[in-house]
Amino acid sequence: MKKRTKKLISMSLASIMALSLAGCGGSSGGSDSSKKEGSGDAGKTLNIWCWNDEFQSRFNDYYPEVEKVSKDKSTTTLKDGTVVKWTINPNENNNYQNKLDEALLNQEKASADDKIDIFLIEADYALKYVDSDYTMDIKDLGLTDDDLSEQYQYTKDIVTIDGTQKGTTWQATPGLFAYRRSIAKDVLGTDDPEQVQAAVADWDKFNAVAEKANEKGYKMLSGYDDAYRTFSNNVAAPWVDGKTVKVDENIMKWVDQTKTFTDKGYNNKTSLWDDAWAKDQGPEGKVFGFFYSTWGINFTLLGNSLADPDGEKEVGNGIYGDYAVCQGPEPYYWGGTWICAATGTDNKDEVADIMKKLTCDKDIMKQITLDTEDYTNNKSAMKEIADDPDYGSAFLGGQNHIKLFAEQAEKIDMSNAGKYDQGCNEKIQAAFKDYFDGKVDEDTAKKNFEKAITELYPNLEKVEWPSN
Amino acid sequence: MKATATKKKVSYAKWGYLFILPFFLVFLVFQLVPLVSTFYYSFFEYYRDGLTVVGPNFVGLKNYQELLSADLPKYIGNTIVMWLIGFIPQIIVSLVLAAWFTDVRLRIKGKTFFKVVIYLPNLIMASAFAMLFFALFSVNGPVNGLLKSMGVIHTPIRFLSSVAGTRGLVGLMNFLMWFGNTTILLMAAVMGISPSMFEAAELDGADHRQTFFKITLPLIRPILVYVLITSMIGGMQMFDIPQILTNGKGSPNRTATTVIMYLNNHLYSKNYGAAGAISVVLFIICAILCVGVYFTLNQEDEKKHHHKKGGK
Repeated sequence: MKKRTKKLISMSLASIMALSLAGCGGSSGGSDSSKKEGSGDAGKTLNIWCWNDEFQSRFNDYYPEVEKVSKDKSTTTLKDGTVVKWTINPNENNNYQNKLDEALLNQEKASADDKIDIFLIEADYALKYVDSDYTMDIKDLGLTDDDLSEQYQYTKDIVTIDGTQKGTTWQATPGLFAYRRSIAKDVLGTDDPEQVQAAVADWDKFNAVAEKANEKGYKMLSGYDDAYRTFSNNVAAPWVDGKTVKVDENIMKWVDQTKTFTDKGYNNKTSLWDDAWAKDQGPEGKVFGFFYSTWGINFTLLGNSLADPDGEKEVGNGIYGDYAVCQGPEPYYWGGTWICAATGTDNKDEVADIMKKLTCDKDIMKQITLDTEDYTNNKSAMKEIADDPDYGSAFLGGQNHIKLFAEQAEKIDMSNAGKYDQGCNEKIQAAFKDYFDGKVDEDTAKKNFEKAITELYPNLEKVEWPSN
Repeated sequence: MKATATKKKVSYAKWGYLFILPFFLVFLVFQLVPLVSTFYYSFFEYYRDGLTVVGPNFVGLKNYQELLSADLPKYIGNTIVMWLIGFIPQIIVSLVLAAWFTDVRLRIKGKTFFKVVIYLPNLIMASAFAMLFFALFSVNGPVNGLLKSMGVIHTPIRFLSSVAGTRGLVGLMNFLMWFGNTTILLMAAVMGISPSMFEAAELDGADHRQTFFKITLPLIRPILVYVLITSMIGGMQMFDIPQILTNGKGSPNRTATTVIMYLNNHLYSKNYGAAGAISVVLFIICAILCVGVYFTLNQEDEKKHHHKKGGK
């Protein structure tokens, strides 16, 4: 008898252990199936993936169906009861893409409520997703040519593969040169955008202004990568040809210019997005200007210019009102966010409606621009604002920057964009930082770029540098 | 009778196996299978190009060739240098502290308090610690601000743009995080020495230095070797501190890139072949180091015995 109880106890103990082990592996599967049964017709959850809260705040503020936003902003409830779940992963070092890739590869297996419905992509790697089966043709969702007729052609071209458009965007991202009015007055004797533009109309003139600014104790640019996009957007060919990375001559011009600027003390040796760079844009900054596209001016630059980030956004808080914009030496674009519908979404109607309202609706587009000073993707709405003599941005000292954007937007050419752009841009900036810092010579920087790029993209075999 | 006895034995053995089964299952699933598959995939070309999976295609030793012709030796060197920068002060400071704290003649007050304080940095997550240092030593950070206001410097020092600055900071952080842990280990070792030894030394007129070098140090050698081995393995696998301090770049000029950071670069691109090959190389290095240290320890012990006998 005693032996039997012992045996029983030990057996039950062993089985508990085994069960708990099995439980570890199987628990996720178990709860999934129960969830499915519970929710009945699945799909009352809309999963949206993005890398910052820019689209989230546009959505919460302008999508007409929004009922309420949860306190921590992680979910948004729509009027019909649909819950929008936000998944936000930071962008740098391919982080967002890697997480997104994992989720997309599991898309088929995921339960209806876990399937991605919408994900956002950036210009630098748009092609990677557009040229795959993971994005849906927006015509299949029900968007028509008529809906899209007011959008800039380039915003459609970049997400179009073999004649199929697979994403849509609410913004166009022409770039401008944002300068400090007070510093321009000191250096050039004027803060009028047209006269400042005349002074920086090409790179020779730009460099001359840099020299003048330096004499007065200012820096022309903040860091190494500020002017990068104006060079990298005006290249002759895409980054990658077959299995070879072809570094464009224009990229090397950026290297030469930045090295000269650094050695002569025309910049402050910062890197994009670091805290010194952000500080240079604020009240204590002594930097003449920054290259920024649409989102950068109303989203990043405005935030950085305030002395009290939580205070009222008005003249008197930091250097609000001290910036103005001009076209700069070369037209360029920077960034841009596209909304894609993930293949396998179970909420096609909702997705289509979101796309229509947030990228095609003229009134909403115009309102976004009026409220946020962002440049939206609707030609006629933008023309109305550009031609409105009463419109002016308080942040830019009353200047109608939409007019400048409207001119630049027509010049955007994204035909050289490719799916390796983000990696190439990030890695070349990182590799040449050591060169600008004076830690390595140019050849070592080149070697380091080659190493970094082949680590990141194992399928790329070699790097070709321009011959001279 | 006899038959039942044997039966009993067999059944006991069965229960024994059943009880250790969970461990072996866990080991098999979470350790052995990944280990073997790492070896296996290191001979394959296997990565992801965008959303397309390339491979696995068998390529023999190509991954290893590429690794060794590339910079792996340099990253191993980086790792060892950064480990030494932290380990040398760590072991010296720990030895001194352990000797002071255990010295009966010094009678230090508040020992427990100090033990807690020096152990505290180890409780902070390494990544949080690295973030803290990143902020402290940035161009606009408090350290530069302090030096400026004290008039030591006029332009801010760009710590993280210089090789010495970056490596020094990594070493400093490792030192700060681990010297408390080592001190406590060494204190335990010293307290394990019979007090009569110290008494005898005192009676013979040995001063602090002689007691330390002639009594303490030789008698805690096994623990010292243990500290060395664990620190060395931990050092070879250094990752989170340099990764976060340099924002994953291992800059400047890749001099702060450790072996595991290099491995991480490959894993970021889902390059399982090359990543597997690095793991295997690292595994072999660690194994060699361990075996090497183990045998030196044994030899030392034998030598010591010899010495003693000879001395007598």
